[in-house]
Amino acid sequence: MMRFLLLFSRQGKLRLQKWFTPMSEREKKKIIRDMTTMVLSRQPRSCNFLHWKDLKIIYKRYASLYFCLAIENQENELLALEVIHRYVELLDKYFGNVCELDIIFNFEKAYFILDEFLMGGEIQETSKQIVNRCIESSDMLQEDDSSEWYEVELFG
Amino acid sequence: MSDVVEKTLTALPSLLSLDSQPGSAKLSSTSKLGNLIRGITELTSKHEEEKLIQRELTSIKDQVSSPNTSMRQMKELMVRAIYCEMLGYEASFSYIHAIKLAQQGSVLDKRVGYLAVSLFLNESHELLLLLVNTVLKDLQSTNLIEVCMALTVVSQMFPKDMIPAILPLVEDKLNHPKEIIRRKAVLALYKFYLIAPNQVQHIHNKFRKALCDKDPGVMTASLHIYLQLIKENSEGYKDLTASFVTILKQVVGGKLPMDFNYHSVPAPWLQIQLLRILSLLGKNDQSTSEIMYEVLDESLRRAEMNHNITYAILYECVKCIYTIQPKSELLEKAAKCIGNFVLSPKINLKYLGLKALTYVVQQDPKLALQHQMTIIECLDHPDLIIKRETLELLFRITNGQNVTVIVEKMLDFLRISKDDYTTIDLVGKVAELAEKYPFETMNTVFSLGGDMMQPDIPNSFLKLLSEGFDSDEEDRKLRLFAVDSYVSLLQSEPNKLPQRFLQVISWVLGEYSHLSAELEPATVMTLLSKLLDLKHTSSETKSWVLMAMTKLCEGGVAISVAQDIYETHSSSMDTVLRQRAQELQHLSQDSELYLMGGVDSSLSFLDGFVSEALAAGAAPYKPPHQRQEELAQAKALSLEPYSLSLPISMSSCSIADRQSPTLMSMSSGLSGDSTDLSHKGGSTTLKLDGVKRVWGREGYLAQREPVEETAQVEVPSPLRSPSQQAEADSTQSQTPTPTVTPELEQDKQQLASSLFVGLGSQSSVCLMGKSDPTPQRFRRKAQGRASSSGASEKTPTSLGSTPSPVDNLLCNSLLDSNLVSEPTNQTPQASQSLDTTNGNCHEELTDVKENNPSLIHNNEEPDKPKDLCLSSHLPTELSGLSHSEITPLCSNQSVNLSACHVQKEDSLQLVIFIFNSSDSALQQMQLQVDSGELKVNYCLSLITDSPVEEVRSHSVAVCHYSVTVKRPSVHVEVLGMLSYQLPGGTPQTIQFSHKLPLTTFIRPLTLSTEEYGSMWLAFSQDTKQNLTLINDDQDPLTTTLNVLKKKLQLHVVEIIGVEGIVACQLVQDQPCLMHCRVHAGTLAVWLRSPVPDLPDCLLYHCQRALQEH
Repeated sequence: MMRFLLLFSRQGKLRLQKWFTPMSEREKKKIIRDMTTMVLSRQPRSCNFLHWKDLKIIYKRYASLYFCLAIENQENELLALEVIHRYVELLDKYFGNVCELDIIFNFEKAYFILDEFLMGGEIQETSKQIVNRCIESSDMLQEDDSSEWYEVELFG
Repeated sequence: MSDVVEKTLTALPSLLSLDSQPGSAKLSSTSKLGNLIRGITELTSKHEEEKLIQRELTSIKDQVSSPNTSMRQMKELMVRAIYCEMLGYEASFSYIHAIKLAQQGSVLDKRVGYLAVSLFLNESHELLLLLVNTVLKDLQSTNLIEVCMALTVVSQMFPKDMIPAILPLVEDKLNHPKEIIRRKAVLALYKFYLIAPNQVQHIHNKFRKALCDKDPGVMTASLHIYLQLIKENSEGYKDLTASFVTILKQVVGGKLPMDFNYHSVPAPWLQIQLLRILSLLGKNDQSTSEIMYEVLDESLRRAEMNHNITYAILYECVKCIYTIQPKSELLEKAAKCIGNFVLSPKINLKYLGLKALTYVVQQDPKLALQHQMTIIECLDHPDLIIKRETLELLFRITNGQNVTVIVEKMLDFLRISKDDYTTIDLVGKVAELAEKYPFETMNTVFSLGGDMMQPDIPNSFLKLLSEGFDSDEEDRKLRLFAVDSYVSLLQSEPNKLPQRFLQVISWVLGEYSHLSAELEPATVMTLLSKLLDLKHTSSETKSWVLMAMTKLCEGGVAISVAQDIYETHSSSMDTVLRQRAQELQHLSQDSELYLMGGVDSSLSFLDGFVSEALAAGAAPYKPPHQRQEELAQAKALSLEPYSLSLPISMSSCSIADRQSPTLMSMSSGLSGDSTDLSHKGGSTTLKLDGVKRVWGREGYLAQREPVEETAQVEVPSPLRSPSQQAEADSTQSQTPTPTVTPELEQDKQQLASSLFVGLGSQSSVCLMGKSDPTPQRFRRKAQGRASSSGASEKTPTSLGSTPSPVDNLLCNSLLDSNLVSEPTNQTPQASQSLDTTNGNCHEELTDVKENNPSLIHNNEEPDKPKDLCLSSHLPTELSGLSHSEITPLCSNQSVNLSACHVQKEDSLQLVIFIFNSSDSALQQMQLQVDSGELKVNYCLSLITDSPVEEVRSHSVAVCHYSVTVKRPSVHVEVLGMLSYQLPGGTPQTIQFSHKLPLTTFIRPLTLSTEEYGSMWLAFSQDTKQNLTLINDDQDPLTTTLNVLKKKLQLHVVEIIGVEGIVACQLVQDQPCLMHCRVHAGTLAVWLRSPVPDLPDCLLYHCQRALQEH
């Protein structure tokens, strides 16, 4: 099971946070601090895995953005790396050539995409097409704000 | 990933022109959020940001509470509040409004409302109760999106005790016609199962229905629950094995819809989930295991080695094969697969390979043997994570023969580890090994911990040994084992052993060597007497040795040995040694006295002498504490040289008496002239807290069996004979690895043979203690390597493309080396040049707006490395501290080297800057720093720990060392050599030397007058001299001492009248005490220290300091 996912910039600015288990504000702040310092100080050509307490931290850098995913000890590290990658692909599919700015200005969209992809710390839907269809159909509601949202194509 | 590699960096124009891509179309750069974000990026300080956010929050607060705010506006406000919270500012006033939005908003406002709630609140927040009704309503909604949102928020966070309220509704959703709803419902139930398992107990049969769902997505979701259920009770679900196998077969066979593919691998997440479930079911169950052999074989075969995701599946497959009942065919394939991981050049795979090895090594230790050279390389890997994983593997293969080497490696790691969690874990493991292999481990701990160890560790070890345990027979075995192992240590190379360990050995041999039937006391005597001849043996150790000998000096040869010793030591300068030698001689010749053994502890035989003295007018005896009190009352200096010395006869009563070692060390402390280091309290190098506990009575008793086992382990000869060595070398050289030099290779081979001894058929070489030079040499090599990697991540990369945030996230994944990372715009990317500091928080956005990359600093003034600009390269952990002036070391046409130092409490930090002044990059750079007088440790700093092999043109690399003094001298000299290569040129070297005055290593030593007094007695090295007094009409002594205090960082303990006492220490923990007295217009100083040369060197600096004044 995944415990949390953090996105932060190379300067350590938090861009997105998702906590899959209950956590107090203080814990969250400490984790964010620990993660940014740990991950940012990694040298190139090191492996993408870290130990933190009893968790494994899987991180990967995409351009200026670090994706940092915490998983439980018995989980598969490589798979977690692919979770990150699929999420980036989902963002890319939605935004088209996604960049950090897309995520800064539309962070709520990034959260919605994440919620379709993962649920309760487990993979929910891995298909790029399906996740995208879910999000776009909701977005369409947003565009025309019609009351005819019962029959969206998603469920057709 | 290749499908996205081609995507180029087009985000910037699309952002600015707001073109119609699906994402950026909704880019709210004109919105209030956009304004806020942009506003923040324009700020330069944290303080301004704070002010802006507070203003923003106030405005949000006003608007949310206004009745005129529409839900649509509320949505926008919530997004802004979320942003402020993400920056770390509290917006708790908005929580209630987030709930309101989720409650009352239209479906899209609701979505933001739910998001805000899930980000703001956590499971125990009281406001969450207000959400229950909203969720209930939405779960019953006819709108599918609302139902989806409700299920999502429920699985994210829901108050535990409110679960029953919504459970029936969620349960109903398992029958919903839409698979997406069914899937979310299953995941929500999974979440409920995790937080409150007893509440979903009644619906287990419904889980089974979900498992059989016609939609593979719903089935996949139900596997999360099944994995959990089977983990808790695998017996109850054996009947499902065949179904799981069938599902896996279908998945592997590609029977699922394309939607489930991930990079053309069919449903990898599902595959891995199934493999996990199967391994739980097949564990210790032959018949169940048999059902799955075929599908596992197929999984191994189908997974081609081409993508991370297939490696992930393979790893899980291998784990499964090793967990279930073994089948040789599969094991063989799995082993091959592990080999592929371990040998992979990709570091992530190597890591997993080590993990897999760790997992399987107990069943199949040969596999570790096969990969021993790779393991050795990983042990030396610059990435600590890899190192740590390797230690984990070694821990699993520890046996009686290799335990010393492995413990040594673990202790090495502990020294560099900064992470508490790792330290605790590793210390626990060392302690566990210590329980299993007490003597081997303690030998290592003593050998390595050496004289830095806290003195109570050897003492309590001896105490334990002497007091013994419940069973006499076991005690005897244990002691005998100790004697045997120590004798073999002494027979090899005793001169490598630390003093404390020698003391332990002498005591044990003195007490217990009689237990060994074949061991002649004379042999032990001879061995011990050799110790006396060693040059570095301290006088304290010598007295331990002599005491041990007095216990053994019986019989013919012993007498002659004793006689020899008496002759050498009877004229010793050390009174204690003289006395001990005397005792030894007497006892060896007078066998009656030797056998008598009784001691008159009341010292009644002295009565006549005492009364005679009293009658002659001598002062009556006062116990030490009474004298101390009187001195304190008199406000006199409690310097013990001036007080009566304690009756030395106290130590003489220990001659043939079996005494607890604790008392013994006390008596030697009293003897006044030994190098007792007992004041060395908090030794920082060894973290032995965990180890010590092992020696408690209970801890030991709990592990009685393994001890008995090890007691029977024969002690192999610890030292290879030269011929053996040669033989081993010749066999080892048959398997060379091309990448390393033969010498290094040989070291590794030797290390390998010591690590993997006992695992296979290899000729076993045991490293009892540290007798074999191999690990020693290996370590030195490793250190050299580390220091040569003098590294800095901060090297500005003005030529390379520093990816800006507008780079396509996918096409510029830096860690994927096979990706093309060519930026499309040809202007140099704004680089995080020389002065990237933490304060510049939003520079990435600034970059975007200014197309002109003015951040490049090194274009402006590339030639002169200014102090200012060099100091910005100081490692972050030093940047806050004040550093010395940066002095140039040496330079040639292509490099300038300079250095500075930073005084830290426990060490001196030496920083060397390498500035490349040439127009091309320096390659294969290696910096070696060495010193005979100093202990130089290459520092792994947070930022700059990458091995710098290359320094770009006009940029700076920084190497950071932590330095402590090994042998004091007036100026300690650091010698260094930098070797590098210019492109196309021949390798070049440049040498430098750098002098550090001893004063940079001096730190004040704070202690009380009493502590000073007792320490004074214990120190053997002393120097006296007269110094010029600074003539001040007021108080010359105080003025002079203050000057010294200021210039040399001494601590003035107390000044009384014309006398003053001063203390300081040489990092780390090498004290020096100074006693000053004004006498005839000069200052008579007397320095004492346990460290040779320290008083002399310090005196020199005192002289200089006073002259300069």
